[in-house]
Amino acid sequence: MGPDKTERGGTTSVSAPPAADAHAVGGTLRVQVRKQIAESGFLLDVEFNAAPGFTILFGASGAGKTTLLDCVAGLIPPNSGRIAIGDRVLFDAAARIQLPAERRKIGYVFQDLALFPHLTVEKNVEFGLSNVPLGERRRRTASILSALRIPHLAGRRPNEISGGERQRVALARALVTDPVILLLDEPLAALDVATKSRIIDDLRAWNETHRVPVLYVTHSREEVFALGESAIVLHHGRILATGTPHEVLSAPQQETVANLAGFENILDANVESLHADRGTMTCLLYPSESGKPSPGEAPHAKATVKKTPPKLVPLETPLVRAEVGSWLRVGIRAGDILLAIVPPVGLSARNVLAGRLVSLERRDVMISARVDCGVELEAHLTLAARDSLKLEAGREVWLVIKTHSCHLMQS
Amino acid sequence: MSIDWQAFWLTLRLALIVSALLFIIGLPIAYWISFSRWRWKFLVEAIVAMPIVLPPTVLGFYLLVALGPRSPLGRWWISLTGHTLAFTFTGLVIGSILYSLPFAVQPFAASFSSIDRRLISASATLGASPLNTFFRVTVPLSRPGLITGAALTFAHTMGEFGVVLMVGGNIPGVTRTVSIEIFDQVQAANYATANATALLLLVICFAMLAIVYGSNRRSWPITAINGPR
Repeated sequence: MGPDKTERGGTTSVSAPPAADAHAVGGTLRVQVRKQIAESGFLLDVEFNAAPGFTILFGASGAGKTTLLDCVAGLIPPNSGRIAIGDRVLFDAAARIQLPAERRKIGYVFQDLALFPHLTVEKNVEFGLSNVPLGERRRRTASILSALRIPHLAGRRPNEISGGERQRVALARALVTDPVILLLDEPLAALDVATKSRIIDDLRAWNETHRVPVLYVTHSREEVFALGESAIVLHHGRILATGTPHEVLSAPQQETVANLAGFENILDANVESLHADRGTMTCLLYPSESGKPSPGEAPHAKATVKKTPPKLVPLETPLVRAEVGSWLRVGIRAGDILLAIVPPVGLSARNVLAGRLVSLERRDVMISARVDCGVELEAHLTLAARDSLKLEAGREVWLVIKTHSCHLMQS
Repeated sequence: MSIDWQAFWLTLRLALIVSALLFIIGLPIAYWISFSRWRWKFLVEAIVAMPIVLPPTVLGFYLLVALGPRSPLGRWWISLTGHTLAFTFTGLVIGSILYSLPFAVQPFAASFSSIDRRLISASATLGASPLNTFFRVTVPLSRPGLITGAALTFAHTMGEFGVVLMVGGNIPGVTRTVSIEIFDQVQAANYATANATALLLLVICFAMLAIVYGSNRRSWPITAINGPR
């Protein structure tokens, strides 16, 4: 294991809070790799440092997260680059150093867990301790099982326990070896929130006493905020942003076909004001057909649009890293919009837009309502809702949209 | 009617020895076939599968040539032991190993290939060397395939005829196996003896395979245990 080296790295350094540095024992993980996957043409090209503590790797599927973890773990060889923990070099293409996976002392919890189906929970957890004397092996296994609250499962096979329990076993199996780096590939995907947060607490407690870098892969924004001391956003094999979860995640997403899928309402929006204290901002919605003013011509819409101005609809959205006056696109799912026939009051939702029902269209067992609020929005209702509200075209209605139902994308 | 028990014991001994040796020889070959990424691997697979389609007489003929005093192998063996390999029990074992090779290697390789590669990776990250991983993960998870391969080898060797006749001839107590004994009895029109011997062989092979397949039901899923998704 490397000495206590915790200095911050270069420009892409992801740093842990000062408190974390003070107790650091494992050293900083420094990664610079290029890996071309021959079959798919996918190219991973990243460089980052991860100090002891949690570093979140965030990105859509196919961003290269698992490939990156596999490179660090030594399961696939990078084409070039260098990977080191403290001053212990795991991989160095130039120096022709390539430590095999079994000698890296890296704990890796796989996305599909990969528990050994033929071994009991206890034998699974002991697997990495075969060089440890029997007495100590038993003691360490027992202690990690109770730390993760699963001592009662010791004698069971993986197919005899629940999904959440398997996740704990997979964690225990990785943690018991006292790894110098911990790699977690969406270890809590598909768990309910309560189970998830209990496991996260246990992981945090473990990391308090074992100050090693933890690379935690997820595509859940909630997990990023819950866990992250620092985060790295990966996109198509490259690092888009590094920093605190708030800094990196509040950047508007790249608008892609995939992002647009599922958003019935996609509108141009101009940032009017930022409310950093509340974590929100106000945007003005422009009807898409009216066209936004070309850049430079009308930098700030409210002040400059003069002749027959379209009715601009203010919308409170989550705060993203954007300047006042900049253009974004807002995606809102039709299913996320509530429709009311009287002005609603006493709601937590921040956006109540008055409008007029343009059309109602039946689609299978659901109604698609088009409402003109200055911009035309589509909302989905049930048949029962249409009937009990006696909805028909021309009727005055109010649309309710939660701040976090507004998804911001780069224009 | 008298059953030639000597032929039975000889055949049983041959089948056991061949199964044991093929288990040891087959494991590394199967491992290489299922894990190698060499582009010409298919050639090796084709060679291993040859005995399935080749007439036993063809295999037997070339073996006879290879084991005989004119081949380098045959000469080396003669210089070592003073006699030729052909028409000996050892020659029979060598011939049977080649003849039954695909019946061991193919089930082995198939079960190795069906193992989730993530389990192998998990073993490596937990500090196990490739050899360690082989014995702690690959072999236990391949148990059904390994048993099947061994059982098929055994049964196939019990019943082989052509290669044995070509390589071993028909020497009582040395190379006369049950199938050759049956052939002899039929040639001599001793149909009752032939029938009794044949029936016994049939029963033995059936019982053997039934026991193996019956005990071979899996007690756990062969793939990795996934999380809830």
